[in-house]
Amino acid sequence: MPRPEVLNWIRQQFFPHVWCPGCGHGIIMHAMIRALVAEGKDPTQTVLASGIGCSSRMPGYVNTCTVHTTHGRSLAFATGIKLAKPELTVLDVMGDGDCSAIGGNHFIHACRRNIDITAIIMNNNIYGMTGGQASPTTPQGSYATTAPYGAIDPTFDLCKLAEGAGASFIARGTIANPVQCEQLIRKGIQNKGFSVIEILSSCHTQYGRKNKRRRPIDNINFFKENVVPLAKAKTMSPEELEGKVVTGEFVNRQSPEYTEQYQKLIERVRG
Amino acid sequence: MPKVAFWQGNVAIAQGALAAGCRFFGGYPITPSSEIAETMAEELPKLGGKFIQMEDEIGGIAAAIGASISGVKAMTATSGPGFSLKQENLGFAYIAEIPLVVVDVMRGGPSTGLPTKVSQQDVMQARWGTHGDHGTIAYVPSSIKEMYELTVKAFNMAERFRQPVLVLGDEIIGHMREKVLVEDGLEIVNRKRPVVAPDEFVPYKADPSDDVPFMAGFGEGYRWHATGLTHNDWGFPTNNAADIEKKMLRLMRKVDRFRDDIVEYDTYEADDAEVLIVSYGSVSRSALRAVHEMRQQGMKVGHFRPITIWPFPDKELGAYASRVKKIIVPELNCGQMVTEVERAVHGKCPVYSKGLVNGELFKPSEIIAAVKEVA
Ligand SMILES: Cc1ncc(C[n+]2csc(CCOP(=O)(O)OP(=O)(O)O)c2C)c(N)n1
Ligand code: SF4
Ligand SMILES: [Mg+2]
Repeated sequence: MPRPEVLNWIRQQFFPHVWCPGCGHGIIMHAMIRALVAEGKDPTQTVLASGIGCSSRMPGYVNTCTVHTTHGRSLAFATGIKLAKPELTVLDVMGDGDCSAIGGNHFIHACRRNIDITAIIMNNNIYGMTGGQASPTTPQGSYATTAPYGAIDPTFDLCKLAEGAGASFIARGTIANPVQCEQLIRKGIQNKGFSVIEILSSCHTQYGRKNKRRRPIDNINFFKENVVPLAKAKTMSPEELEGKVVTGEFVNRQSPEYTEQYQKLIERVRG
Repeated sequence: MPKVAFWQGNVAIAQGALAAGCRFFGGYPITPSSEIAETMAEELPKLGGKFIQMEDEIGGIAAAIGASISGVKAMTATSGPGFSLKQENLGFAYIAEIPLVVVDVMRGGPSTGLPTKVSQQDVMQARWGTHGDHGTIAYVPSSIKEMYELTVKAFNMAERFRQPVLVLGDEIIGHMREKVLVEDGLEIVNRKRPVVAPDEFVPYKADPSDDVPFMAGFGEGYRWHATGLTHNDWGFPTNNAADIEKKMLRLMRKVDRFRDDIVEYDTYEADDAEVLIVSYGSVSRSALRAVHEMRQQGMKVGHFRPITIWPFPDKELGAYASRVKKIIVPELNCGQMVTEVERAVHGKCPVYSKGLVNGELFKPSEIIAAVKEVA
């Protein structure tokens, strides 16, 4: 049972939620709210945006200022919110398809601007909501309703993408370690800049049924067996890392933040 | 004291937006509307406002909607291909009831079409471009003064009705320069803020007096949920038939009810006219000249100019239909608004369509020839 401080952030009046029992997304929602509580955030001064997908239904249940936008576009909405009112704490939750397929352009440019938004990618390696079609993060070789013979498309590493595009905090966790997720989200919120926290979630309903991870516990076990912390990964060869999930903090760097740069521009123009 | 300005049409739109209190612009460059973004980029920081060049037009409108949800008046501007890209998020602003001004400076289409040449080919897209039912408010300015004043009005209507309002300029009006007498003291409308305490706030509960819900900006102490899914009064997605119908009918009704407050039109020599020309935007400039010349030749020709193309001034035009013998509709497309004219006229007199899609503006002589052909 969540703590009362956490429950204060939940719109219980909107339950039951839409997620399948055992869906990984709820673990991420709980970790995110614990992080917001731990950071002492005021829900009237916090914004949570999302796109479209099972993952993106999350803001409906979070009792803060929430906006459930269009598929792939949430970071562009969030950019407008943050730039218009930089004093707000802005988070953005997206699915893997939402963020990296249809929303890929907004994602790389939010990284590039290093705008102070905490982006959480709820990566279940599949299009959950629409019935299990392949996403850019579906592992090569695994099955989906639109990849009935196995996906031939190379898999997207979203943390590397974010690094190349300029995000200042980048980390990965999994739903098998919710405490780590909470800590990574806290660090993302603390970072003054664009933070990307990719959390490997699970969709036993759609991904699992096609890839021998039918039960929720199969997915947790998969992560437990295949997670490699970053420090250890550094000692391993690419062959040894094949099929593994590297977790931890990949990037934590200082770089100019967009809304602060804009404020400086205003001051310069106004003289 | 009114001030005299010599503005390009696109600059007038930007100036109108600033005068209306717009403090956020999100956009993406595209001819023939880029000067709006360029002017906003230069002027907004001076007023403490924000300009952002987004990665595409979809992002431009999304950022503007985000700013408006945060309580800041916002605009985006584009042309042709960019207007197509904005349609999905335009629909979001309709259903989530977010005030917003969207400018489309029309160029020739389809697709990349004619980037530097005029058209009026987007007027039906403006009405029906985004999927799903909604009430549309769209202005079609025909002078630089109107580019300014109708942009102010567009913001006022967006704030009053909590929805996007469109300004459909065209390449000629957008790029033309004209002297403008900038009146001060134009009316400025702001959205209704909630009057109840945060814990009593029901975000989509409409005020029965106008069917428009009160709106709190993010960060103003109220927590609420905005979604593009069809929702109940709490803003929460619903599959309940009664809730769905309530929302949809209210979306339409909030504009329909006040149609008479919104609709604007202008006439010239129309009262005793036997032939009525109906045109809007840059075309009306040529048409007015044509009417003037034909009157000098003793021909009883008049002009009717929709200023709001949506809602269409159907009642008002219909009243002329029983008095005139013929109506002719010159348009820079293959006949779009003419279908609305036919609807308004309802068979009371013949309606002739005169389309032009070669990228040029009608010359007055071409309109005169078209009138003589049907007269
Ligand atoms: C423009 C548009 N295209 C397609 C869809 C259909 N659609 C809804 S959710 C979704 C994919 C969601 O997958 P993901 O982002 O990975 O989220 P998940 O459901 O897996 O959490 C798609 C394709 C849509 N809503 N909008
Ligand atoms: S379909 Fe998959 S992602 Fe969607 S709620 Fe069910 S388990 Fe979760
Ligand atoms: Mg997914």
